[in-house]
Amino acid sequence: MMLQYILRRLLASIPVLIGILLVTFALARMIPGDPCRALLGEKATKETCDRFLREKGLDRPIPEQFAIYLRDVARGDFGNSIRFSQPVTRLLVERLPTTVELSFAALFVSILVGVPLGIISAIRHNSWIDVLTMVWANIGVSMPVFWLGLMLAYVFSLLLKDTPFWLPPSGRVSAGMDTTPFYTVWNLTLPESGLGRALPEFLSRLNILNALLTGNGALLRDSLRHLTLPALALGTIPMALIARMTRSSMLEVLGQDYIRTARAKGVRYREVILRHAFRNALLPIVTVLGLSLGTLLGGAVLTETIFGLSGVGRILYDAITARDYAVVQGFTVVIAIFFVVLNLIVDISYAYIDPRIRLN
Amino acid sequence: MSDTTPSAPSQIAALDAEALSLESVSLWRITWKRLFRRKSSLVGMGIILLLVFIAIMAPWLAPYDPLQVLIGIEDVKMRQAPCIHLLGCPPDQPQHLMGIDGNVRDQFSRLLYGTRLSLMVGFSTVTFAIVIGTVLGALGGYFGGWLDNAIMRVMDVLLAFPSLLLAIAIVTVLGPGLINALLAIGIVSIPAYARVVRASVLSIREMDYVSASRALGGSTAHILFGRILPNALTPLIVQGTLGIATAILDAAALSFLGLGAQPPTPEWGSMLGAERNQVFTAPHLVFFPGFAIMLTVLAFNLLGDGLRDALDPRLAHVSK
Repeated sequence: MMLQYILRRLLASIPVLIGILLVTFALARMIPGDPCRALLGEKATKETCDRFLREKGLDRPIPEQFAIYLRDVARGDFGNSIRFSQPVTRLLVERLPTTVELSFAALFVSILVGVPLGIISAIRHNSWIDVLTMVWANIGVSMPVFWLGLMLAYVFSLLLKDTPFWLPPSGRVSAGMDTTPFYTVWNLTLPESGLGRALPEFLSRLNILNALLTGNGALLRDSLRHLTLPALALGTIPMALIARMTRSSMLEVLGQDYIRTARAKGVRYREVILRHAFRNALLPIVTVLGLSLGTLLGGAVLTETIFGLSGVGRILYDAITARDYAVVQGFTVVIAIFFVVLNLIVDISYAYIDPRIRLN
Repeated sequence: MSDTTPSAPSQIAALDAEALSLESVSLWRITWKRLFRRKSSLVGMGIILLLVFIAIMAPWLAPYDPLQVLIGIEDVKMRQAPCIHLLGCPPDQPQHLMGIDGNVRDQFSRLLYGTRLSLMVGFSTVTFAIVIGTVLGALGGYFGGWLDNAIMRVMDVLLAFPSLLLAIAIVTVLGPGLINALLAIGIVSIPAYARVVRASVLSIREMDYVSASRALGGSTAHILFGRILPNALTPLIVQGTLGIATAILDAAALSFLGLGAQPPTPEWGSMLGAERNQVFTAPHLVFFPGFAIMLTVLAFNLLGDGLRDALDPRLAHVSK
């Protein structure tokens, strides 16, 4: 039953994926100016341009161009960047890990703080801790990520300098830190190119994962210290949303008859809250989590700009200012697909939490 | 006889009108009452009123022209810290409540003028998105079939992109600038309204009074815009208020990245973006614009949340 549900959801996301490719394809075609001169420079001759258009398939009808684009994307070929003179796929392998690590850290922080705060607020309804949490949550939801990031950097990197609370304001690791990839430590030989090389390289650039795999304690501590401020800045909005939703969802469930029954038959309070109430309050919380993912990925662009992290956000910003279309197109597609996959995971976890969903 | 007793149909119509007017008055009165009972929505409304006042009165409230460079006019230095006479700043120095920015302009005046732009951004993008979203959602919900399918699939694709990233991509195509940024944010927020309106239209179109209107020969436009949409307004108002908050935040983010309002326009996001590298040396230039954005967004969020609860029929018992 579960498998069938997953398959159905997978099939349903195919039209959306095609739509995403169509939109990015259209956006790239709508960019003003001649693609040849944008790529090869203003002085390109007509012959060079004609050859270029023929080579890239840009002289063919639009539907055929779309088919070529689909084929290239399916092969994992997103073209070449003019600014970095590298294939876009290469840049993705280099830059994506920073953003993935940052987003997951932010999500982790927001769940770790948001859920318990929401539960405590609901249990101590209308107490000072509830009022304080809600005031804070309202402010948190309205927080401009870029401002919070700068203010955190000001407090933790400047005001708290020379104290144990000092945190680095930029970068992912300190200079000179040993970041040997796990496959080198394990003496693995990677293929020259293709997914067999890209995937381990991608994973090794997730510093925390790499530190855990290689047992490198110094790298782990250093990465975590660097990640704290960006993750806090990026995680604040989802954290506030989760705290609010957990509270209201728990309040609703705590008023139900079965909670009173469980209490009446003498189940321990702690167990009533965690097993009876929280499990049933989980669905709206997961929904909010799914909705926050978009905010999170958008916010990653801003957070990376502030904390000097060379991730997807930073490169997208650079690519836009340099009119590096292949990069804009490639990264937008990959982020959108990442977003669709995350939403798919959220949907599947719905079915796991609430059997009624998969039965329908 | 006929003078004293009105005919049956007109009697019913009169009764209906009375019931309708009673109903509508009480709904709005209840909503107001509930809204005023919540401290948080009162705070939100208070801040919004204050912001509107500042926006209208900016030329009279601002001590300086927001674009005026003060070199040679006053003895002030670039990125000078705030000088407030009440807080002990020597009276022979000119007062600058929020300091001087990187181009030697009065930050406080720029901040006041920025209110105009932020409110304009919020209202205009949301109006744009509501108009287009409502038409799309209403058409889809009312006619159903392939039209509905086509509209909603396009909306799904728009929703598949993280909104800020899609806005960035659209601005790439259109070119940076305030108007293009507004358009991008407007386009990105259309799906939310289309979905809300479609859901309401779907449930309302099966109501008896809609069937009655159809049986009486009402045109499609009349039924859709005269009968169905007015009754689908409630969720739209809530979504719109919360949408203003998101729009202001996104516009500030685009301007921060240099894709929205361009210098020297006094826009909070771009003021913050221009001085972001000075956060360690001149934190006041980063603190005040960001705080202004946060306060404005907070106000619309508080009002939106309040409206949602006040208009929620499930919470009807609260008003009794």
